[in-house]
Amino acid sequence: MEHRDDIGAKLGMWIFIFTEILLFGGLFLVYAIMRSNYSTEFHQAAHHLNAFIGTINTIVLLASSATVAMSITAVQKGNNKLAVILLFFTLLCAAAFMVNKYFEWGHKIHIGLYPGSDLMVSLSHGQVMFFSLYYFMTGLHMFHLVVGGIILTIVMIKVQKGTINAGRFVLLENGGLYWHLVDLIWIFLFPLLYLIT
Amino acid sequence: MHNETAHITPYRAHAWVLITLLTLTFVTITVTWVDLSALTVLVAMLIASVKAYIVLTYFMHLKFESSLFRVFVVMVLAIYVLVILFTLSDYLFR
Repeated sequence: MEHRDDIGAKLGMWIFIFTEILLFGGLFLVYAIMRSNYSTEFHQAAHHLNAFIGTINTIVLLASSATVAMSITAVQKGNNKLAVILLFFTLLCAAAFMVNKYFEWGHKIHIGLYPGSDLMVSLSHGQVMFFSLYYFMTGLHMFHLVVGGIILTIVMIKVQKGTINAGRFVLLENGGLYWHLVDLIWIFLFPLLYLIT
Repeated sequence: MHNETAHITPYRAHAWVLITLLTLTFVTITVTWVDLSALTVLVAMLIASVKAYIVLTYFMHLKFESSLFRVFVVMVLAIYVLVILFTLSDYLFR
């Protein structure tokens, strides 16, 4: 008789997610206070962000979250092949998100707008605050996206091999939870950074 | 043994959740185009909270987990709201 505790495994994953929520929560709190202190500067600075790329990335992330959720359904129904396809689509979305971010950040760095640059130093304190938070929060989010991508790659290989199957798929569920967390954070980052100008 | 929940969410349910989330995203974008000044932030955050609720409930499967999970999540969010309230009350009424 094999000993395992799937509810315990999921509870552990949730407790980890709580630490992540409080990590980003702290940053959102800094954002809220800086925004109330420097509201005009935040408005001006937010105009420099590309809302179009932000919107595309929002759609990409939401779609990738849906396919991860669907891959669980597929594994539960014993259709591992479909689950692999769905997870692969999720990874493609992650890659698309990274490519968009590359162009977005690349453009800003090209025009000299990055932490420590001459342009950044010449800006007002409020605008420096906005761009610092922008780089730090989207950067930390992107780091989570990369980690999530690595986790889902491992999960996808295990689904392919059949070690994750209809009788045992808690690793897929936990990997999915992490991916949804990445989505959850972006749901708040997107309007706060890109839309409120 | 209580391993692996028996509940299977149909593909169609996930598709509908996705459509709802996308619709709400476009509502947010449209709302921020219309200048409601101070209300804009409030409305945008309200819609984001609804989206977060949907993701937590359906994609993160909280609706079908043991109620222990929901109690934990609500408690963590309550702690976070308290932290926000205490910090803002300090900054705004100093």
